[in-house]
Amino acid sequence: MPVLEITEARTDPGGAAGAPARSATAGTSVSVAIAGSGGNGVMTAGAMLLDAAARAGLYGLMVRTSGPQIRGGEAAALLRLARRPMDALDDTFDLLLAMDWQNVHRFADEIPLRATSMVIGDADEGAAPEVFASSGARCVALPLKKMAKAIPGSWTNMLALGLAGGLAGIPAQALEAALRSSWKRADAGLQANLAALHAGIAEAAGMAGIARLDPGAAASGRRWLISGNEAAGYGAIRGGIRFVAAYPITPATELLEWMAPALAKVGGSLLQAEDELASVNMIIGASYGGVPSLTATAGPGLALMTEAIGLAVSSEVPIVVVDVMRGGPSTGIPAKSEQSDLSFAVSGLHGDAPRLVLAPTSIADCLATTQWAVQLAEALQAPAIVLSDQFMGQSRAIIDRPADAGFVAARLTAAANTSDYKRYRDTVSGVSPMAIPGTPGIVYTADGLEHTEAGIPSSQPRDHRIQLDKRERKLAQYDYGRWWADIEGDAEAAVITFGSVTGAVREAVARAAAQGIHVKLIALRLLAPAQPLRLAEALAGVRRVLVVEQNHGAQLYRYLRAMYDLPGRPASFHRPGPLPLRPAELTSAIVEWQRAHSPEKEIA
Amino acid sequence: MNDVATPMAVLTAANYKSGYKPIWCPGCGDFTVLSAITKALASLQLPPHEVAVVSGIGCSSRIPAYTTCYGFHGVHGRALAAATGLKVARPDLTVLVTGGDGDGYSIGGNHFMHACRRNVDLTYIVMDNHVYGMTKGQASPTTEPDWDNKLSPGGTGVRSFHPLVIALASGASFVARAFSGDPNGMADIVAQGMRHPGFSFIEVLSPCVTFRPEQREWKNHVHAAPVGPTDDAARAARRIMTDDGFNIGVLYAGDRAPYPANPGTATRELADFEAEFEL
Amino acid sequence: MSAGPRTLSEFMAQALAMEREAVERYTEFADAMEMHNNRDVAALFRTMAQYEGKHASQIMDQMGWTHAPDPPAGGFGWPDPEAPETAPFDAVHYLMQPWHALQLALAAEQRAEAFFGELAQATTSESVRRAALELQAEEHEHVELVRAWLEKVPMPDGDWATDPDPPRYLD
Repeated sequence: MPVLEITEARTDPGGAAGAPARSATAGTSVSVAIAGSGGNGVMTAGAMLLDAAARAGLYGLMVRTSGPQIRGGEAAALLRLARRPMDALDDTFDLLLAMDWQNVHRFADEIPLRATSMVIGDADEGAAPEVFASSGARCVALPLKKMAKAIPGSWTNMLALGLAGGLAGIPAQALEAALRSSWKRADAGLQANLAALHAGIAEAAGMAGIARLDPGAAASGRRWLISGNEAAGYGAIRGGIRFVAAYPITPATELLEWMAPALAKVGGSLLQAEDELASVNMIIGASYGGVPSLTATAGPGLALMTEAIGLAVSSEVPIVVVDVMRGGPSTGIPAKSEQSDLSFAVSGLHGDAPRLVLAPTSIADCLATTQWAVQLAEALQAPAIVLSDQFMGQSRAIIDRPADAGFVAARLTAAANTSDYKRYRDTVSGVSPMAIPGTPGIVYTADGLEHTEAGIPSSQPRDHRIQLDKRERKLAQYDYGRWWADIEGDAEAAVITFGSVTGAVREAVARAAAQGIHVKLIALRLLAPAQPLRLAEALAGVRRVLVVEQNHGAQLYRYLRAMYDLPGRPASFHRPGPLPLRPAELTSAIVEWQRAHSPEKEIA
Repeated sequence: MNDVATPMAVLTAANYKSGYKPIWCPGCGDFTVLSAITKALASLQLPPHEVAVVSGIGCSSRIPAYTTCYGFHGVHGRALAAATGLKVARPDLTVLVTGGDGDGYSIGGNHFMHACRRNVDLTYIVMDNHVYGMTKGQASPTTEPDWDNKLSPGGTGVRSFHPLVIALASGASFVARAFSGDPNGMADIVAQGMRHPGFSFIEVLSPCVTFRPEQREWKNHVHAAPVGPTDDAARAARRIMTDDGFNIGVLYAGDRAPYPANPGTATRELADFEAEFEL
Repeated sequence: MSAGPRTLSEFMAQALAMEREAVERYTEFADAMEMHNNRDVAALFRTMAQYEGKHASQIMDQMGWTHAPDPPAGGFGWPDPEAPETAPFDAVHYLMQPWHALQLALAAEQRAEAFFGELAQATTSESVRRAALELQAEEHEHVELVRAWLEKVPMPDGDWATDPDPPRYLD
């Protein structure tokens, strides 16, 4: 795989007028990996480094990876820090700091290095494994543990924090502030670890050869430190969700755990269900009762929920199901990311069952897109599946405080004693007012069975046709506005993508532009129902498209070809998880694709 | 082994361990369960390739790969269903089912009841640690109602599930409880369960050192059941209603006929079916 | 519960079982520690397993056995659920230090020593009594060995069990 030189490219973010704000292209960034085996506090050090970056007015992103043990296994915190918001990891790491090397070689594929990288290990823990050293990176051995031990009561990971932070160019006072604010124990320990931190910073000051962040103005404006799962949870509450039924599953559990106390604070509640069949049916019940409801799960759980999602379609009960996608199929790779539930989400229900499918494009976007999903589900009285993924869900990022997109649940309900009330009346829009239990004069029975407009079970062809048309029409005719996709740039060639891959694609598009290759970027946020008119508008003047995604079956590529007319012969760049798609390989793909002008080539 | 006289080498517990090192936290109760299962298999001298271990999802469901038996690591909560299919289609195999309290009593609760009812010759070992370990510490059906955790702050407030009561009420014909701190006793109970014709349910108190460190106290509470097993379901029912959750031993071993094994012999030729349709 | 070994052969079978159970437990601990990247303690447990293995081989050689005899029908009648020299399954922690491991071993050897001493007193068989006293003396030597070893390893810090990182989940 060719490694491109990271240029200082900064392309002006042009884009369709009125497109929602999104992060600028990558300028200078620094990528740091901190690794070690159990008990070393690798994740804690990583989290503090990200916190310090935030305090220093920087942006950043932290991804965690670990071995199969529940506690004490090998772990690595992978960070990228910069002066602009970061939505993707870089191609290589500038620094790998390992407190020890036990089983850290297992992360080799996730910590790619280059000849100008630096690898720091503990002198007493042996040499850096060949898999890292063979990159040609500069390997430095420091007596990390001894240095920490020289300060009684201090921890090696705090020394490592100072060292990594100092090398990355994070100001000392930000590092110190991060440590202080997270310290919950006796003061004596705090002093010792501050000393270790500063020892690390001092050591870093004497070292050269790692890319540091340029000094610059601290970011102004309000910012947050948040994970995708938390953002989605908060977006749900902002949208109006007040009931959640939950069943734990990796990597969605934190979303549910965040919502448990949060819902209580806004007068809602969360119930732990016995399984996913129960949780999805519980939220249908709650929503039938008039309360906007949500659950979150991953692939295997979504698979269990399908019968009930069909019930929500047929009975026209709004629900939101967040699917935090992970490696599939079946039990798959639970703690790693992939975009392989797309086909399932857009078509995995029996019968003709139209439903909403949305996908946030970044950690920050998890908030607005989930909030939008709530508003849409409620407005259209239909189930909405939100395709998040493990990368966004479990990674933390420093983001600009998102403006409130203003999406709020507003269900069309029927007034008491409406004369000749028919729950499933064949209205022009397809949306018929819903009677909420407790309202007199308009009692009805919701049904998964096909039904008349009044909701009486029916096997008549006319009724089936009317209801099928209604359920399809209500979604197809809705005006989704400008949120359905991010459309950026103007060119004869367009790259289409969705979800967490968007960040890396956006960077690649910028790098390609720096080489004189201009492509348009279309990041889809609304995947179902398909939007043929809108895409046609976005593809006006476009002669060829490249579809980029993180799965084995080119699911988006096939879906787009099925549902849309695409110009020329569309190309596909697809690769399954567990590794993220990186900007350099995408840049190469775009450049090669453009230069070849041979649209049929499938690059994988 | 150096025994020259015997024609076939005697199988020891070590023969049933695959050598894959478990990922369980040091101190986990599941280690001794694995050991007990291998000892039980050795006491019965079953060739490993004639034994199948079926599991669901969770820390304890990792067991199949740690044995040299055929293994099936299925989806969450459905181990009993998969095992039932396997045993009914292949009555010649010995089928063990393993899993945790979340897998078995929550998402698997429905299948648990019906497996007890159906009485297929399976041995079901549940490693109960009163928590969902693998997903980082949520309440399981056997967790106390007031155990604080992130998903249910302050506790679920819901009465815990009593698996032995449910098993008995659903018709299980062998009901027992074991404890990780007594692997030899556990091996004996597992062997008894395996020898018992029909569905044998063994609940093992297996502490979770990471999420429930207070369970180290269990060893101070467990005790041998004051009386031996009964074959009278009514008597067992009375005893179970006063069970303190720490009685170790076989509670009940009845003589319900197991689900009939399919002999698999054909009684008609395929061509004979045509007579039904011919004019 | 059985009444205790009546012959030398029965007694040595019991002693052998004790050593073998200890080997199994120490090996399990060593594997678990290795899986959790606790190299030093893994190595220590493996050494303990080797020592116990040697003791087991010695007994086999002494008795001319090629494989371990089957346990008696009612079990060996240990005072606790497991044999005296077997460290309890929950006595380990993924962050434990060599000092802790040696404390475990010390306790195991002390239990074994006490067990043989009590057995020597309780038995009515002279040959059993003599053998039990011999083994008690050997266990006592082991106790001293472990004590000496303990002098050489550092005491753990007060926060040895502190892991700043939370547990993670996988399935």
